[in-house]
Amino acid sequence: MEIFKIFFSKPSAKDVAKDRLKLILIHDRASISPDILDKIRDEIFNVLSKYVEIDSDDLDIRMTQVDNDNNESSPALIANIPIKNLKSRV
Amino acid sequence: MGESIVITSGKGGVGKTTTTANIGTALASMGKKVVLIDGDTGLRNLDVLMGLENRIVFTLIDVIEEKCKLKQALIKDKRFNNLFLLPTAQTRDKNDITPEQMLQVVETLKEEFDYVIIDCPAGIEQGFENSVIGADRALVVVNPEITSVRDSDRVIGKLDAKGLENHELIVNRLNYEMTKRGEMLDVNDILDSLAIKLIGVVPDDRSITISTNKGEPIVLEEKSKPGQAFRDIAKRIIGEEVPFMDLSESTTIDFWSAIKKVFGKK
Repeated sequence: MEIFKIFFSKPSAKDVAKDRLKLILIHDRASISPDILDKIRDEIFNVLSKYVEIDSDDLDIRMTQVDNDNNESSPALIANIPIKNLKSRV
Repeated sequence: MGESIVITSGKGGVGKTTTTANIGTALASMGKKVVLIDGDTGLRNLDVLMGLENRIVFTLIDVIEEKCKLKQALIKDKRFNNLFLLPTAQTRDKNDITPEQMLQVVETLKEEFDYVIIDCPAGIEQGFENSVIGADRALVVVNPEITSVRDSDRVIGKLDAKGLENHELIVNRLNYEMTKRGEMLDVNDILDSLAIKLIGVVPDDRSITISTNKGEPIVLEEKSKPGQAFRDIAKRIIGEEVPFMDLSESTTIDFWSAIKKVFGKK
């Protein structure tokens, strides 16, 4: 009964809108402003410097999107931290 | 000391100025002393909605630049003696005012008026900053559309970041028929998305266009549904508990009253 499938499986415009809105808000709210990202970078640098020697210029921290199981993308913070030397062991 | 309220939204064209004009007029009709400030320097329109565009002599910019006294720039409403408009300039722009200057004007007005209502322009730049700084509370106007809700979310975030957490939502231009048919976001969809309390729902109505044309805020019309909605919002602002209007009645009643008309209710 193909006809019934057509009538019952199509989501309403309002449901489409609500889903799109939800995703848009998640993305918008998760985007970290550049100032805060800088603060995060500085603090991560300070913490890591206690244990490893790293170059502040090489410390790369940024916002990105990762795809999860449902094929939706969610925000993520990724870091690339080249280590020059381990500091002395405790 | 009066209360200052900013009417904001983020998105343009959702009904902030209409809301300002109507809530202001409604509060004045309830006996409150009200002043409306047009925050949209360069693109002013509050004067048009109030029907006072021909009476502008001095503006907010003149007050700030000390070319006139604040009292001289206030225009008394045509209908209510306790309602005033502080218009802004059409030939300057929003960067010609600093938040500190705006704050001073609002603080001075709060000493004389029960309610100081600031019509915030669209956007989140200087105009927004200036309008929000002097406000004790905010009314966020949203249309039932993804774009408007998204922008309002950003604005609410900015208000929270500034410590202005006394904010409430007005859903404007709700088309009840469309929400019933599943074609438009409804109030619950919007409340689910935004972290904010609801203070009013105003139905979409072409009569608002007519009231803008005439320069007579729709609250002045007894039988108008959007007018009633704005009057209810004004009552809630002063602390009265008013149940939300049932917007579903509108079309059925109109149908039957149309039939009655045909059968000779003269």
